Formats: sequence, C-alpha cells, structure tokens
Amino acid sequence: MSRFVFSLAIFAAIAAGAMAPLPAHAQGEVNVYTTREPKLIQPLFDLFTKETGIKVNSIFIEKGMAERVAAEGANSPADILMSVDIGNVLDSVARGVTQSVQSEALNAAIPANLRDKDGHWFALSLRARLFYVSKDRVKDTALTYADLADPKWKGKVCIRSGQHPYNTALIAAYINHYGEEKAEAWLKGIKANLARRPAGGDREVARDILGGICDIGVGNSYYVGLMRGRKNEEQNKWGAAINVILPTFPGGGTHVNISGASVAKNAPNKANAIKLLEFLLSPEAQAAYAKVNYEYPVRPGAQIDPIIVALGTLKTDEIDLRAIAKNRKLAAQLADKVGFDQ
Amino acid sequence: MATSLLRAFRSSGTPGFTLSTLLIAAIVVSPVVALVYIASAGSGDLWPQLTAYVLPSAAANTAGLLTGVGLLTGIIGVGTAWLVATANFPGRRFFDWALLLPLAIPTYILAYAYLDLLHPLGPIQSALRAFLGISDPRALHFPELRSMGGAIFLLGFVLYPYVYLAARASFLMQNAAALEAARVLGAGRGEVFFRVALPLARPAIVIGVTLALLEALNDIGATEFLGVRTLTIAIYSTWLNRSSLPGAAQISLFMLTLVILLFLLERWARKGQRFVTAGKRAQTPARTTLRGPKAIAATLACALPLVIGFLAPAAYLADRAIRKAISGDISAALFRETANTILFAGLATLATILAGILVAYAIRTDRSGLAAPASRIASIGYAIPGTVLAVGLLWPLASFDNAIDAAFRQWFGIHTGLLISGSGAALVLAYTIRFLAVSVNGIEAGYAKISPSVDHAARSLGENSFGTLRKVHLPMLRPALGGAAILVFVDCMKELPATLMLRPFGVETLATHIYAEAVRGTYEDGAIAAILVVLAGLLPVMLLARISRNAIATP
Repeated sequence: MSRFVFSLAIFAAIAAGAMAPLPAHAQGEVNVYTTREPKLIQPLFDLFTKETGIKVNSIFIEKGMAERVAAEGANSPADILMSVDIGNVLDSVARGVTQSVQSEALNAAIPANLRDKDGHWFALSLRARLFYVSKDRVKDTALTYADLADPKWKGKVCIRSGQHPYNTALIAAYINHYGEEKAEAWLKGIKANLARRPAGGDREVARDILGGICDIGVGNSYYVGLMRGRKNEEQNKWGAAINVILPTFPGGGTHVNISGASVAKNAPNKANAIKLLEFLLSPEAQAAYAKVNYEYPVRPGAQIDPIIVALGTLKTDEIDLRAIAKNRKLAAQLADKVGFDQ
Repeated sequence: MATSLLRAFRSSGTPGFTLSTLLIAAIVVSPVVALVYIASAGSGDLWPQLTAYVLPSAAANTAGLLTGVGLLTGIIGVGTAWLVATANFPGRRFFDWALLLPLAIPTYILAYAYLDLLHPLGPIQSALRAFLGISDPRALHFPELRSMGGAIFLLGFVLYPYVYLAARASFLMQNAAALEAARVLGAGRGEVFFRVALPLARPAIVIGVTLALLEALNDIGATEFLGVRTLTIAIYSTWLNRSSLPGAAQISLFMLTLVILLFLLERWARKGQRFVTAGKRAQTPARTTLRGPKAIAATLACALPLVIGFLAPAAYLADRAIRKAISGDISAALFRETANTILFAGLATLATILAGILVAYAIRTDRSGLAAPASRIASIGYAIPGTVLAVGLLWPLASFDNAIDAAFRQWFGIHTGLLISGSGAALVLAYTIRFLAVSVNGIEAGYAKISPSVDHAARSLGENSFGTLRKVHLPMLRPALGGAAILVFVDCMKELPATLMLRPFGVETLATHIYAEAVRGTYEDGAIAAILVVLAGLLPVMLLARISRNAIATP
C-alpha cells in the first residue's frame, strides 16, 4: 500500500508541474485564440517572432471561443481572437469580449469596408466561395450562383453542411440579392440536385468529383491552392481533376468572406497584440499570407499567389459584409426550413 | 426539511461516505445547473422554428441511429459472446480477448479511416476496379457511407464490445444447472439460448447496450462527418449557427430529460429481476465443440466484427503512419502530446475510481436513503454530450477561479489567475464527471459479489467503516476496480469535444492533434497521432480482457 501511495505522490507531483497554469503576462509574449487551425498561419507567426522577439502562443478552439473568453473574464490570457467568417468575427464583438483599437497603420492597410470603424475587428485575408467542376464531364466555363439550382445538375452536386458558416454567409448574400422567397427556392433546387448528404469539408468536393460521385460542387478559393500547390500526391490529383469557376451574383460579383481578428477585451499583452496585427497587415506578411495560405490579401496591391491568379480575375460582390451578416440568422433558418442537411 | 435530513444523516450508518456521495453528486450536477441557468436566459423565440424544422428530423435521426446501433451492437455483442462462452471452435481463445479491441478506436478516427477506405478512390474500390478491369470509378457503385446506414454500420461495429464484455461475463457466470436442465428436457442449442440463457443475461445485456447507446448519442465526430444530423448536432448548430446558447442549453436539457426517462423506464421494466444474477455461483457449463461448417461459421462470425471494427482501420492507419514516418516528418510535439494524453487520462481515472469507490461504498452501507438517489445523480454525466458538459463547466469553474483571484488579490495581494479553468484540472474534472457512471457501475457490480456477511464479520471484529473498505473490500474488489479503471482510462483518452473546449492554453493531446489535422484536411499527418491513440488504448484493453477472464475464473 505504501508503495502505491509513494508512486501516487510522484505521479501527482509530475501532474502538478504539468498542469500549472501559464502565467497570464509574461514579457515578450502574445496569446492567440483562434477558431481556425493555427498551424495554417504558423509560418507568419514564426516570421513575427524572428522580427520582434515576441513569442506567439496559440490555441485552436473551433467551437465556443467567444464563450470561453467571456467565462475567463478579467483573467483571460487571450490577447487576440482570430476567426474565419464575418459572422463569427461579429459574434465575438457582440459577446463583448473584444476592445476598440485605434491604429493608423491598420486603418491605412485595410479598406474601410473590411474593418470596424470603432476598431473592434479587422479583416486579415479574403476568400472567395467558388464552384469546382469536373474537368472531364463539365463543359461550362461561366456560371451564376443561381445556376446551381438548375435541374440539369440533378444528382451531381456536392457541398458541405448548409449550416456551415461558409454556406450560411453565401445563403445570406443570396438573400440580399434575390430576397427570402427566391433564396428558399434556390436552396430547395440545390437540395434536389445533391449527389450525397451535405457533409465533410470543401476538399472532399474535389475528391468526390475525381471519384465520380459528383460533377460540380462549392468550395473556397484557397483550397484550390492547398490542393494544387502543396506537396501531397493524393490531393494534387484532386486539384487536377477540377476546373474552377468564379460564380457571380447579379452585378457580376463573386461572394467573398473574410478571416479576421480582434484584440481581446482583457488582453494582458495589448501592445504586443497590436504589434502582431500590424505585422499581419504589413505588405510583407500580406504577401506571405497569400503565398502560404493561398488567400487573397486585404491590403490593396499585395501580391496574390500565381495559382490563385490563374483562377481568373476576382470581382468582389458589391454587397457589404455587414449587410450579409445581418441575414445570417435568416439564412440558417432557410437551410433548416428546406431540410438542406437532412 | 433540514431536521429530517439531519436525522436521516445520523442514522445513515456511514455519514462520512453518504456526505461525500452527496458532495460528488453536487459537483456532477453543477454543470447541469449552469445549463438550466443559461437556458432560462433564452426567450424561447427559436422554438417555433426548431419544432417546425429542426427537432422532428433530429429526433427521428437520433431514434433511428440509436435503434440501429442498439440492434447491431446487441446482435454482434451477444452473438459473439455466446459463441466464445459456450462453444469450442478454431480461434476461440484468440477471439475471447481480441473481440474487445475495437474499444481502442475512437469513433471519429473510425469514420475518417472508412471514408478513405471505402471512397471510390480508396484502396478497396480501386482494387475491385482493377480486378474487374474497370477504369471509370462511376461504373462501380458502392452504397454511400455518408448516410444513416453508414453511421449505424460504423458505430455498431466499433461500439459492440460494450455489449460483448457484459454479455460474455453473464454467460460465463450462468448456472450450468439451469442450462443443462434445459438440454435434458430436450431443448436444442438455439432454444437454450433464446429461452434460458438470453433472458438470464438480459440485465447485463441491457447495461452493455445502454453504454453503447450513450456513446452513440454523444458522438459528434463520426455523425457530423457522415452527415447524420442527430439531436447532439442540433445542439451544436443551434449554439453556433443559430447563435443561441440558451436555445442549445434548452435542447440539451430536453435530451437529458429523455435519457433519464429512458433509464427510469428500463429500471422499471426490470424491477424484481435483480436477484437473477445474484445467485450463488455454480460451475461454468461445459463448452460444446463445433465441427465442420458450423465451426467455420463460428470462426467467421467472430472474425467479421474484429476485422471491420479494428483490423481494417488499424491496418489502414498503420500504413499511413509508416509512410509518414518514413518520409521523416514526425512532429516532436507528438511525444509531449502522448504524455499529456496519458497524464490527463491517468489523473481522471484515479479521481473517477476514488469517487466511484466512495459512492459505491455509500450505496452499500447507507441506511438514510440518501446515497442511492445521490449516486444516480452522480452518474448523469455520462448522458451529457461532451461540449455541452464543457459549456456547463466553463461558467462555474471560471467564476470560482475569478472569485478566488479577486479574494487573494484583495487580502494578500497575490494574483492567482485561473487556477482550475486555466490548468489541466478543468479537463480532469470534466472527464471525471463524464465517466463517473462507468466507474460506479463497475464497482457496484463488483460489490454485488461480496456478501454483506463479510461486512458484518469485519465490523464485529472491530474494524470501522474505513478499515472495512480498505482491508476487506478493496482487495476483493480488485478485478472490478481494474476493469472499471481501464474502461474509464480508454474513454478519457478518446474523449474529444470537452477536451477541445477545456484544454488549458498551450496544451494539446493526441485527440486534439488528430482533430486539428482533420480540420486542415491533412488526415495523413494525423495518422501517427491516431495510431498512437489506438496503441495507447490497446494495452489497457488487453489487460481488461485478462482481468475480466480471471474475475470469472476465480471468484
């Protein structure tokens, strides 16, 4: 028994060491909470650390980030809250876990429609929601979003969950253009065209096109770069099996969403947080963003990766992101109403 | 009220244990209370929409999934347990323990592996096409895995060991006399099974199926990946997409109520049957030796679940992991993540078993009538989906931490930060709450085999209640404790949703690593972590097989 107690004590001692909470303020650090897998932008963090000596710690909290920060309250270690999709970004602001930041550098780097006028959020990069079509089986070269409901695609469409934020934002944008009724009919039409249940991610769309399950699907722009540009035999094949179409809304624009960041309300390292944001929007980092991640930079004039350039010239839909975000709830309701995921 | 409680306490026999049980129940129930609080903040304006479009189909999907998984795990678990327990056929001794192996595979890993394996571009269809000389993947049509049928198939083949474990123990302990009497009276093997053995094993089978169903109900990785929208998924989407945490809390409470009602119904249905398995142990019935086609059929029947639930996905992961390891980029973080996984799961197992012993002992000795209901409350954590539990814990824990921090700063000028929610303690607590039911059930079952006269003897020889527990019960309970500890440990290692949400800043486990890779779409990078989870679960599962065999062999 005493040996048991002894080994227990050792175990507890090791455990106590391993579990000790991280100090909330340490010199030269900045803590990033993100709903997006942080390894995607790790090269940028590394570059920042190299230039400034400030260490970047990150944690990936896909679900419930704002809730966690709110619960942690005044003692939260979070400095920066990063998320994808305008809706998620605005949710953090609405949850009251962000603070206002005034920075000349940020205001100069980001067009006014891609940041909050009170400095509660800033867009870091852009992504367009596109169509992937089979190289072998689809001849179309230009399509509108509305075309996806065309019965000619019956049994040929692949898409992820209708409740995923990327699709919610797209449906919300559709509502802005066509109104609620037409949006509902559109969703019904797409649902009738589905080749399989809405599930998985955007890359599965390309894989399923190569696998012959579907001919057309919806996916974000950067996945094309990730599939075609990274060294990965399998995914290279998926990327090669598709042609990419930049679909349009009336007015000729394509739906674009953001990845964005806010400074947390109780940020223990606020100065470093602002430094990191300013770095992420510097010409150098914006170009790296495009290179590493295949996203469109928000900073005007920053270079886009050649793989993405080859997809065609992006003309952004003229409807403001905030207006799209307002229709988010309605969009989610419509997806429920037509039983999109059922 | 207060005085009658006090009186009940004094006469409870072991007030210390009863009090501890009440305290444990209070801790377990705290996230539920937090959920009620969160739910009450909602105006309910979502409900017309939810009841019209979301809940009917989510409830139907859940019912369909649970019915299918219940049937499949029941058939596989009971069927293989019956064969292994009562027949001799080639490979029996191997299957005896190997049939438990799927326990080591988390459902989300199984779903990822099978989506790859069965995809038109995957190895199975590719090989089949090559064999048939077809080049176009569209010429060959497999049923789509992303469907209700697919979800039932995968969950059934990975969760059946819960049923197998319980049913096998029950068959092995059944009174040989009853079975032989049936044979003598002219019943065939089938008739003995259906009319005698199965009814006798029913309580054990029900417990096994219940565990499997709660696992299926809590699953988020596999069902989401396969596109099956259950109530659990409706909870997440209500919270995250419909932006209503109160609405999500309301649905979770609704689901929790349903689960509790099911439990009560099941207890009511089997009341009066408790003494069935409590009888004196008798000889294990002699095994029938199967020959010819029957023997082959038995071997195949046991091989099939093992191949589908473990060998195929494990071989697939191993292949991926080896290719990845050869290409040389093994992340150094993997070692730390493995250590973290084992550390958190180990600590939580320790806490869960200690709490389980307290609760089970209190149930045994308590005369106040408080311990039994309190122990049921202490077991509800198993019915709460991981993320919901995490949200429920977030607020009580963080409020506690912030209050301590404020107090310490005011009185001593010390900044304590987030003591629990900022450290691994939050995870350990969440696992303990989540899996306490597994430990309490296992230890209670162990206690059922210790006659109360043992307690009386110990007490009359001058031991107090703690001494009886430590010197008499614990040694006798060792197999039950070992079995419960291993189940809890493996469950903790596999746990994903609560881990994702509550893990301290800067700490990753194998499960969160795999999830992050899956989110990035780089499954093959997650293969090494996935195989590590499986390997780390393998040893405990093999131990479990041994313990459960020995426990039956040497009562």
